[in-house]
Amino acid sequence: MIKLEARPQPSRWMSLASPLMALAITVLIGVFLFVILGKDPWRGLQVFFIEPVKNLYQISELSVKATPLILIALGLAVCYRSNVWNIGAEGQFVAGALCAGWVAMQAGPDTAWLGRGIVFFVLIGGVLGGMVWAAIVALLRDRFNANEILVSLMLVYVAELLLSYLVYGPWKDPKGYNFPQTITFLADTRIPRLVPTLRAHIGVLIAAVAVAGFWLFLFRSYRGFALQVGGLAPAAARYAGFSSRQALWTALLISGGMAGLAGGLEAAGPLGQLSPYVPAGYGFAAIIVAYVGRLHPVGIIFSGFLMSLFYIGGELAQSRLGLPKSLTGVFQGLLLFTLLACDTLIHYRVRWQRAAAPSNVTKAA
Amino acid sequence: MSRLELTGISKQYPAVRANDLVSLRVEPGQIHAVLGENGAGKSTMMKIIYGAVQPDEGQIRWNGEAVKITSPAHARKLGISMVYQHFSLFDTLTAAENVWLGLDKSMTLPEVAKRIVEVASSYGLDVDAQRPVHTLSVGERQRVEIVRALLTKPQLLILDEPTSVLTPQAVDKLFVTLRQLSDGGCSILYISHKLDEIRALCHHCTVLRGGKVTGEVDPAKESNASLSRLMIGAEPPPLRHESRTPGATVLAVQQLSLAKQEPFGMDLHGINLEVRAGEIVGMAGVSGNGQQELMAALSGEDPRAAPACIRMDGKDMAQASPVARRAMGLHFVPEERLGRGAVPTLSLAQNTLLTRTETVGRLGWIHTGQVQRLAEGLIARFNVKAGGADAAAKSLSGGNLQKFIVGREIAAKPKLLIVSQPTWGVDVGAAAQIRGELLKLRDGGCALLVVSEELDELFEVSDRLVVIAKGRVSPSVPTAEATVAQIGEWMSGLWPETPEATQEATAGVATKVAS
Amino acid sequence: MDSFALLLAATLNAGTVLAIAGIGLLINERAGILNLGAEGLMLVAAIAGFATAVHTGNDWLAFCAGAVAGALMAAAFGVLVIWLNTNQVASGLALSLFGAGFSAFVGVGYVQGKLGDRPQFSVPFLADIPFIGPAFFRQHPMVYLAIALVVGVSWFLYRSRPGLVLRAVGESPESAHALGYPVRRIRMAAVMAGGALCGVAGAYLSVVYTPLWVEGMVAGKGWIALALTTFATWRPARVLLGAYLFGGVTMLQFHLQGEGVEIPSQFLSMLPYLATIVVLVLISRNGAWIKANMPASLGKPFFPGS
Repeated sequence: MIKLEARPQPSRWMSLASPLMALAITVLIGVFLFVILGKDPWRGLQVFFIEPVKNLYQISELSVKATPLILIALGLAVCYRSNVWNIGAEGQFVAGALCAGWVAMQAGPDTAWLGRGIVFFVLIGGVLGGMVWAAIVALLRDRFNANEILVSLMLVYVAELLLSYLVYGPWKDPKGYNFPQTITFLADTRIPRLVPTLRAHIGVLIAAVAVAGFWLFLFRSYRGFALQVGGLAPAAARYAGFSSRQALWTALLISGGMAGLAGGLEAAGPLGQLSPYVPAGYGFAAIIVAYVGRLHPVGIIFSGFLMSLFYIGGELAQSRLGLPKSLTGVFQGLLLFTLLACDTLIHYRVRWQRAAAPSNVTKAA
Repeated sequence: MSRLELTGISKQYPAVRANDLVSLRVEPGQIHAVLGENGAGKSTMMKIIYGAVQPDEGQIRWNGEAVKITSPAHARKLGISMVYQHFSLFDTLTAAENVWLGLDKSMTLPEVAKRIVEVASSYGLDVDAQRPVHTLSVGERQRVEIVRALLTKPQLLILDEPTSVLTPQAVDKLFVTLRQLSDGGCSILYISHKLDEIRALCHHCTVLRGGKVTGEVDPAKESNASLSRLMIGAEPPPLRHESRTPGATVLAVQQLSLAKQEPFGMDLHGINLEVRAGEIVGMAGVSGNGQQELMAALSGEDPRAAPACIRMDGKDMAQASPVARRAMGLHFVPEERLGRGAVPTLSLAQNTLLTRTETVGRLGWIHTGQVQRLAEGLIARFNVKAGGADAAAKSLSGGNLQKFIVGREIAAKPKLLIVSQPTWGVDVGAAAQIRGELLKLRDGGCALLVVSEELDELFEVSDRLVVIAKGRVSPSVPTAEATVAQIGEWMSGLWPETPEATQEATAGVATKVAS
Repeated sequence: MDSFALLLAATLNAGTVLAIAGIGLLINERAGILNLGAEGLMLVAAIAGFATAVHTGNDWLAFCAGAVAGALMAAAFGVLVIWLNTNQVASGLALSLFGAGFSAFVGVGYVQGKLGDRPQFSVPFLADIPFIGPAFFRQHPMVYLAIALVVGVSWFLYRSRPGLVLRAVGESPESAHALGYPVRRIRMAAVMAGGALCGVAGAYLSVVYTPLWVEGMVAGKGWIALALTTFATWRPARVLLGAYLFGGVTMLQFHLQGEGVEIPSQFLSMLPYLATIVVLVLISRNGAWIKANMPASLGKPFFPGS
C-alpha cells in the first residue's frame, strides 16, 4: 500500500514540478473527455493549446484575457499567503467596473480638457470601487469576526444584482434599443491600445509593473514578510508583534484594489460599456491562477497565460468543434483539483510499503 | 514466566534509528522504569508495545506467548493499558463519556459511570464522573486517564512521564496508588527521566541511550550520578553558579489582574513580581496555573493589562506591543518552539526576522545578505546543528531549534530575558548548554525570569524562586533557603497570604493537597 | 389568511433544501471537516437528479442519483483533505469551481428540458384542517423527511455511541487516534454522508422546488447552508430553524414582488444574501462563544503519524 512520509524540508524541485504534473493529468483527462464526446482528441488538444498562440493576433487576444487574471491573482496571492480567504474577487471586479464605468460616463464636453488623461481617473475609480467592496469584508471581519469567505461570496451576488439593476434601470442607454447596457464610453475614456490593430492594451504594461512590484513586496519588504508569517503561523506573528488587524486590512484592500483595477480595465477596455456581460468569472478563475502559480508573482504570469489558453481554447472549441463553452470551467476546476493533489508531494514522499511482517514473529495461537 | 518480554526490537525512521535491538523484560507485579533522555527512544518503544507502531524486527512475548500487537485496541484486549503524557481526553465531554470512549463497547454509559466510582474509590482516586473534562485541573485529568486505564483491568500499565504535571505532594499520592496496583499483580512500565522518582518507586530500571539499551539495574542500589552516566554516557556537566549581588529593578509587576480570554483559560489575580539586573528569578508551577496568560501579558502578546502595572526600567509597558517591548530591551523565548518561537516552514535566516529587525532598512527593505550573515553567526556561536541558515526550522531537532531561538534572543543583548520552559523536550547536552548560556547572560548583568515545570532546573539556575498557582504568584524566596517540600506546597497555592492558607492555619489542619 | 398559509407552506418548501444541505454540512463539520465545495456539489447533484428524472420519470430515483453524485464528489474531496492532507479551504473551493463547470457542461443538453406534470401531495385528513392544513400538510414528502432527518441526526449525535465517537473525532482527532479509533475512515464516512445529503438537497432543488435546469441554479444556497451551520452553532435543531428562517426571507422576496411593492426586483433578490451577511455578523460577534461550541479541529489537518 502507498504510504506518505513527511519530508524534513519542503522539496523545492517538487514545488516547480507539481503544477506541470497537474497540467499533464488535466490534459490526460481532457483527452479522455474528448474521446467520450466523440471528438478527435488531437484536434481538441490543438484547438486548446496550438491555435491560441498561432499568430500575433491570437497572442494579443491571449494577453487581453490574461491581464485581468494576472492582476486579480496577484492581489489574491497576497491575501492567501496571509491566510485571508477573499473569495469575492468577482464581486470586487464588478464593483470596480461600476465605479470606473461611472467615471467614464461623466466624460463629456466639460472634461475634454483632460484629454486622454481621463483614463487615469477611470482606473482610479476602478481601484477605489474594488477597495470599497473589499473593505466591507474587512470591516465585518475586524469588528464582528464574520467569516470573510462567506461574506465576500455573498457580496458577489449582491454586486452582480446591483449591476443588473443599474444597466436595466437608471444607467440604461436611452438610445440603446432597450438593451440592458450603458452608453458606449467615449473614445477618450477607452483604455489605450498598445498597437492600433490589436486588442492588447496598456493593461499588459500595468500587469508587468505589478508583477515586479508584488515580487518586491512579498520577498523584500518587512510588511510583506509580516503578512506571510501571519498566514503561516499566527501564534508566531503575535509573538513577533505583527498586527493581525493590519494584515487583514492590507490584504483585503490590496486584493480588492487589484480586482477593481482589472474590472475598470475590462469595462473601459475590451467591453467599452457596462452590461450584464461584465462578470465573466475572472474573479473565480483568478483563484485558480493564483494557486497554480504557487502564489508567486512570476508563477502567476505563467498560470495566467495558461488559464487564458483554456478560456480561448474553450471559445474556439465551441465555434470549431461544437463543444460547449463550459468545457473551460471543467478544465479549470480539474486543474486546481489535480494541483492540490500533486502539491502533497512537496511536503511528503510516496513510499511503497508491504504490510509490516517482522521476520520471526508468529501470531498467538 | 515474564509478563512482557521484548527481544531484539528495532525501528528505523527516515532520519534516525529510534530503537536498535532493544530488549526488555517486565515481571508480574514489577514496577519497571524506562529511563532515558529526550530522543533516546523511550516513546518509540512504548508505541511499539502499545500497538501504535510496528517494529521492523524483533519479537514480543506476552505471558510467554509470542504475539504481534497490531493496534491499540489489540493491546487493550491483551491487557496492556497506557496513560499518555499528553492526555487523550476530550474537553467538551464528561469524564464518564471520556472513559466510555476508551473502553470497548461492552458496557453502557451508566454502567461505566458506576464502575468509575467503584474503581476510583478502591484506589483512593477522587474523580467526579459527570463533570466535563475542561473544568478539571491537570491532576484531576490525569486521574481520569488512570481510571480509564484501570477499568480495562490491565495486566500491564504504561505511564508516560506521569509526574510532569503534578506537585511533589501529588506525586507521593500517585506512588501510593501505583504501589497498590503492583501489589495486586499488575506490572507497571514507568517512563521517566526523573532520577529521584525512579530510585524511590521502581523495582527495576532499563536505561536507553541513542536507541540502545545501555544498562539494566536495580535503582535502589544506584546513585543519581551512576544512573546519569548510563543515561547520557557521563555525569552531567556541573553548572558554575556564582552568587552575585543583583542590581536595580528592571521588571516591576504590580497588582496585575487579567480576565481569561480562552474559554478554558485561567484568570490572573493581583500578581506582584520583581526582577533585578544580574539575577535569575525562577517561577515554578504546574502547567495550567496561569503561566501562559502571564507570559502573554509580559511579552506583549496580550496587551490588555491595566496601565502602569507592568513597568520596565520604570517605564510603563503594560499595553505596549511586543515590538515596543523589544525596543526597550525585553526579549522573550516562548515555550512552543514550532509555530510560535519560529515558523516551521521558513528558514532559520527568515526566522531571525521575527524578533531581530537590525537587518531591515528604511521603508521596510529587507537586506537579505545581512539576514543570512546574522543567522550564520547565531548557528556558529550557539553550536546549532542544522543544514545551514537556509534550513527550514522544522528540520532541526528540538534541542537545536531551542538553542537557535534562545541564542537569537540572547544575542540581541537584552536587558530583560523571559524564558518559558527553556529545556522542555531538549536532550541533556543541549539543555546544559542552554542553562549555561542563561547563567552567562545573568553574569553579564541581564535580568532573567525563567518559568519552568522542572523543579531541578529551577533550583539549579535561579537566585530566587517564586511559585505561580491558580493565577496568583507567591512572594519570592532565595533559592538557597528554599526546599522542594516547601515549593511543592506552594505549588498547591498554599503560601502565606492566600485565603486557603489562612483558613488552614486557623483550622489547625496540616496540609490539604488541592491538586 | 389564505395567502399567509400559502406563504408558510412555501417557506417550509424553500427551507427544506437548506435544511437537508445544512444537516449534511453539519455532519461534516462535527467530524472536523470544512467542506466549501457544497455549492459545486449541489450543482452536480442537481443536474444528475434532473437528468435522471427526465430519463426515468421517477423522482425518487432522481433523489438517489443526486445522493450518489454528491457522495462521489465528496469522496474525491475527502481523499484530498483526509488522506493527502491538502488545505481544506482551497480543496473545497476547487470542488465548487469544478462542480460549477462540470454541471454546466453536462447540463447543456437539458436546459430546455421539462419534467412531466408535478404531482400534488397532501396528507389525508390533516390537509383539510382550515389554515393548518394548507400551511403544513400539503407538502412534498421530502419536507417531512427533512424534519425526520433532523430528529434522527440529533438522536445520533447526542444519544448514540457512534455519534459520541464522531463528536470526539471532531474535537480532537489526535486523542481519538491515540485511543485506537480509525479517525480517517470515520471522517471519510462523515464527508460522504454529508455529501450524499447535500446531493439530495441539490436534486430536490432541480426536480421539485423549481423543476428545471439552468446553469448555476443553486444560486448560492450551498454557501448559505455553510453559514447556517455556524448560525446554528452546530446543533441540528437550530439548523432546521435557521433553514426555515432563510426560507422565509426568500419567500418574502417573492411575496413582495407579487404584491407589486415599489422596490426594484434586483434589490429584493439581494435579500437572502444580505440576510446571510447579517446573520453571520450577529452570530460571530461573540468569538468566545463560537470557539466554545465549534468542533475544535474544524478545518485543521490531521496527521496520524505524529
